[in-house]
Amino acid sequence: MIPNDPLQNILYIDLSRNRFRVEPRPDLFEKHLGGTGVAIELLHETCPAGVDPYAPEAPIILATGPLVGLLPLASKAVAMFKSPHTGNLGESHAGGRTAVAIREAGYGAIVIQGASSLPLYLVISDGSVRFRDATTLWGMRHANTAARVIREHESGAGVRTIMRIGRAGENLVSYACVKTETYRTFGRLGLGAVFGSKKLKAIVVAGKHSLPVTDRRAYRRVYDQIYQAAIASPLMKKYHDLGTSSNVLPLNAIGGLPVRNLQAACLEDATRISGEGLAEGYLGRRLACAHCPVGCIHIAALREPYANEPYFYKTTMISYDYEPLYALGTMLGIADPADFLRLLDVVESWGLDAMSTGVVLAWATEALERGLISTQETSGLPLSWGDAATYILAVRNIVEQPNDFYRALARGVEYASSVYGGQEFALAFGGNEMPGYHTGPAAHLGWLLGLRHSHLDNAGYSIDQKPTDPPPTPEALVDALMKEEQWRQILSSLVICFFARGIYTPEIVQAALEVAGLPRDAAALEQIGESIYRRKYAFKVREGFSIEHLRIPQRIYETPSSLGMLDEEFMRRALVHAKKRLEG
Amino acid sequence: MRLTVVDSERCVGCQLCMFACSRRSGKGGMAESCISVTSIGGMERGFKVVVCRACQDPPCARVCPTGALLPKQGGGVQLIPDKCIGCGRCAMACIVGAVQWDVEINKPMICVHCGYCVNYCPHGVLAMLPIENHVMAEETAQ
Repeated sequence: MIPNDPLQNILYIDLSRNRFRVEPRPDLFEKHLGGTGVAIELLHETCPAGVDPYAPEAPIILATGPLVGLLPLASKAVAMFKSPHTGNLGESHAGGRTAVAIREAGYGAIVIQGASSLPLYLVISDGSVRFRDATTLWGMRHANTAARVIREHESGAGVRTIMRIGRAGENLVSYACVKTETYRTFGRLGLGAVFGSKKLKAIVVAGKHSLPVTDRRAYRRVYDQIYQAAIASPLMKKYHDLGTSSNVLPLNAIGGLPVRNLQAACLEDATRISGEGLAEGYLGRRLACAHCPVGCIHIAALREPYANEPYFYKTTMISYDYEPLYALGTMLGIADPADFLRLLDVVESWGLDAMSTGVVLAWATEALERGLISTQETSGLPLSWGDAATYILAVRNIVEQPNDFYRALARGVEYASSVYGGQEFALAFGGNEMPGYHTGPAAHLGWLLGLRHSHLDNAGYSIDQKPTDPPPTPEALVDALMKEEQWRQILSSLVICFFARGIYTPEIVQAALEVAGLPRDAAALEQIGESIYRRKYAFKVREGFSIEHLRIPQRIYETPSSLGMLDEEFMRRALVHAKKRLEG
Repeated sequence: MRLTVVDSERCVGCQLCMFACSRRSGKGGMAESCISVTSIGGMERGFKVVVCRACQDPPCARVCPTGALLPKQGGGVQLIPDKCIGCGRCAMACIVGAVQWDVEINKPMICVHCGYCVNYCPHGVLAMLPIENHVMAEETAQ
């Protein structure tokens, strides 16, 4: 490690005592690189076994990596915590400016412990931490309003990040998110609720420093290689032009797009709610994360008239992506883009994870349809497919939790279905609501076995979409998923955006690490990837995870996937093999 | 030739120009960047991209008490670091805020119009233009 590299500095913040300290830990970065690798070590060090995710002792770890601030597309920040949603490993990644701001403020990772008695926000800059009163910001209707106040109150414009929660986080909805720079999100597994449990409304991090490299010429050479590859890449063009929502039409065409709580995997008229449809009718601006030439963030401009005043309009800017289009669109039978955008805007304003919220509402709609619940439970709301206005009211109830039913919905479908029934169509995997792919066995196995139950853990949906003849055996499929997940531990430890995984080949990663002062050969990288994966698995086992306790919702066997009907025996054999590999 | 913001509406806020500017010296990070990109009250409203306009009679040089900023032929200034005492008057004198500050050495960072950043703006926000086209390009860009 380069001796004066600020990457080695870990900032420890104690919210119970309003104190902080910095500890250099070059050992962590030497052994585990950064990001996910360092975060899981810090989690093992600081998170007591079996701790209540809302207890003051439960830590929040934010980690960045050695390539951040040096090379393009190394733009993700990794958050680790104990998830209040699954009661197990919480890991969430976000873009925006968070990673660059933490690195430029002079830290490699931040560990937040304790809990405040009063609402507060943190300002991390100029080598210190300020503890600011957030009493007046607590309870604000819109997460962005609080951020706007902070933005005007604090310095560092242009070189800072503002992470914040909304009412969902304050009210401990177990899938509340943390938003950063308004349009990027630590979305999954409930980091927002952990912030809320600590009375932590927001964190501002700002800095503008230079970062050392081993060889200035080699640095510029590697930089240019990556930059040129990025701007020439067709994948990058796809994400720039339409963004992730370019996936709607292809997935619909192959019958892999979950519709109406996965009662179907294809929507009759998907064009309107596709990337193309939204771009033509609503695209208002593109944005990029710090140090990313792609600019995949697509912002819709929704122009609506006020009902009671002629020629008076408001224009709302709403960031959309594939997963929200699936969860708050097709999964709820919403095919009108304006309806979808209105619902998404409300979900974002409360600070809820869009994916879990959509799946929760889809389960509730089907449960109502089947008579498992009545409008007595829903506080009179007649939830039905495509009715965005009613969903908007239901979302408010999830946040405000006026009765037992909404209190249950605020804990996700796994819990709600354990109380009200309908587990066979409660689409959670490992306790986490499903992403938008019904492409075949690899997608579902990927979420079951992925250590954060995310489609990005191992990209099973991508394996499904490249079918081979003959198709892989369950064992070969699990091996492929695990191999991919282990390599992704390297990428997420270097906090490289997964969209750039084709650019950051093992060779490029080695060249990049060389200039960052952490040279590693291919064999070493493979070994580090496997070791990080094992450390995460060990944490999960410590907190009670077990493959044989995984529940597979019956629904996935009832609706044909892109690769036809899924075979229960195939899935069972795959899980047996995974268990043998992980425990053997 | 002048560095010119030809269309700030195309800016996606990636800051690649800022990183490029700092990288001229071979370092990572943004400490030495002479460009500033900030949102206009929220990213959804777009970005303000500030670069030196290369004034013919630069106010920053006029207020420098030690003569550390030398006006250049054709506009703009050159910093003589040894003369600079880091008082910050130049930054206050620049009404567009084009004098950036390197907090690590406590000295101003002012664009020398080398054009290195232009190679790293894939979205067509920045360009190097002949002096006579400079004002016209600015008019097109508002």
